[in-house]
Amino acid sequence: MKTPVYLDYQATTPVDPRVLDAMLPYFREHFGNAASRSHAFGWSAEKAVEEARTQIGALIGADAKEIVFTSGSTEGINLALKGVAEMYSEKGRHIITSQAEHKAVLDTCKHLEKQGFEVTYLKPDKEGRHSAEQVAAALRPDTILVAIMWVNNEVGSVNPIREIGKLCHERGVLMFTDATQAAGKIPVDVQADGVDLLCLSAHKLYGPKGVGALYVRRRNPRVRLVAQMDGGGHERGMRSGTLNVPGIVGLGKACEIAREELATEAARCIELRERLHRRITSALDHVHLNGSAEHRLPGNLNLSFSFVEGESLLMGLKDIAVSSGSACTSASLEPSHVLRSMDVGDELAHSSIRFGIGRFTTREDVDYAADQVINAVRRLREMSPLYEMVKEGIDLSSVNWQAGH
Amino acid sequence: MAYSDKVLDHYNNPRNVGSLDKSKASVGTGVVGAPECGDVMKLQIEVEGDRIVDAKFKTFGCGSAIASSSLATEWLKGKTIDEAMEIKNTQIVEELSLPPVKIHCSVLAEDAIKSAIADFKAKHGGAAPGGKS
Repeated sequence: MKTPVYLDYQATTPVDPRVLDAMLPYFREHFGNAASRSHAFGWSAEKAVEEARTQIGALIGADAKEIVFTSGSTEGINLALKGVAEMYSEKGRHIITSQAEHKAVLDTCKHLEKQGFEVTYLKPDKEGRHSAEQVAAALRPDTILVAIMWVNNEVGSVNPIREIGKLCHERGVLMFTDATQAAGKIPVDVQADGVDLLCLSAHKLYGPKGVGALYVRRRNPRVRLVAQMDGGGHERGMRSGTLNVPGIVGLGKACEIAREELATEAARCIELRERLHRRITSALDHVHLNGSAEHRLPGNLNLSFSFVEGESLLMGLKDIAVSSGSACTSASLEPSHVLRSMDVGDELAHSSIRFGIGRFTTREDVDYAADQVINAVRRLREMSPLYEMVKEGIDLSSVNWQAGH
Repeated sequence: MAYSDKVLDHYNNPRNVGSLDKSKASVGTGVVGAPECGDVMKLQIEVEGDRIVDAKFKTFGCGSAIASSSLATEWLKGKTIDEAMEIKNTQIVEELSLPPVKIHCSVLAEDAIKSAIADFKAKHGGAAPGGKS
């Protein structure tokens, strides 16, 4: 076993060797520009791109013609939200989204608010999820777009996209979903799920960084977008710029592998996740699961360890690579906006750790991680005045804290 | 984030972790910070005459907060109350090479020292400690 053990698969994933092998010829002999129509270099590049489109479409139930290549999900989100807002602003200027979305969605919505759009930010429930009923209650005659993520990147909660998609189609509102964490991990079918726009990113599913795709529905309804970059009119005029052929080939191959192995890999990740969870909770008390036990991404475990602070816990976990829901590691000193929106108390939000399990995680990795966590939490609790007070029978919520900072 | 070697040393080998009997007249206890802010420090001193003979801490907080309070207990031992009052957060920042985002950890440690001394003085009627307990 190699240390540090990588358990941050929601941040990024290693490129699968099969993906890399598929990409390499497109750096070397097949280096052509897919837009070159006059010679064989261009033709072979174009052929590879079209094959990737088909592979991506197959993973999400879309037609190859409905795939627009991007640089990743941040671009896909910007293009979908701004492109729809600009195109349909005559029809209405109201957008519905969630407080638990990724910053790429939230900040794009903030940008649109400055342009005169109105945005409703729905509050998720305690498990980090939204219901179709909640979305229905927020719909207005001038609503043009609903943007709800499929799977939350921090707590792994899976939203009922099919119900929300069905509602949006009944009401004639476009439905966008950020499927960055969902695609290739859980079943996604844009037809059955009623999704009009969907973004995904290669590096979250064992493909390379810097490439992604935006699905844009062509029928029932036909979705139109205003391009956000001017140029050569590539990608049906929606996204100009020379195609990243090796990256696109990698994304296509990654989608093909993910589709073939989805069921077995999901089952394996769930087993490892449950094993990790069980081992930790059998050794430690006061451990809280953030997110949903039932509607959860297979490879995500997000736990809060009461009475220890997340950053100090991460320092104690130097041989495992995980991330903390407390943003103390950045300059903001604020706990995660996702945990806040779910009404996880600040104290628990500060002590949360996200474990991301994936294709190359082994049982040995998980057992090693569990031991590291158990030792670090025990050591820090011995050092924690809060744990001492609770053991003395003091109710922490009744204490008059002298907080000046 | 990269931690200084001294922060890592205090985090890995914290000095003087533990608790003193807070009901004793010779012990002063300071608890500062709040769980929702991500930092709580408990710092205790034991005083004989006007000299601090023991100091203990427990801290809920980041590595820099743990290091700041650990360092504070090291510095407190052997000092008189008046000397202890002179400890400034800037000295802690300097000793541990804390980055700007972690300065609040040193402020909290200074607050904890002052709070423990205030508690000790309050037990002695707010008068200068005379050694009787």
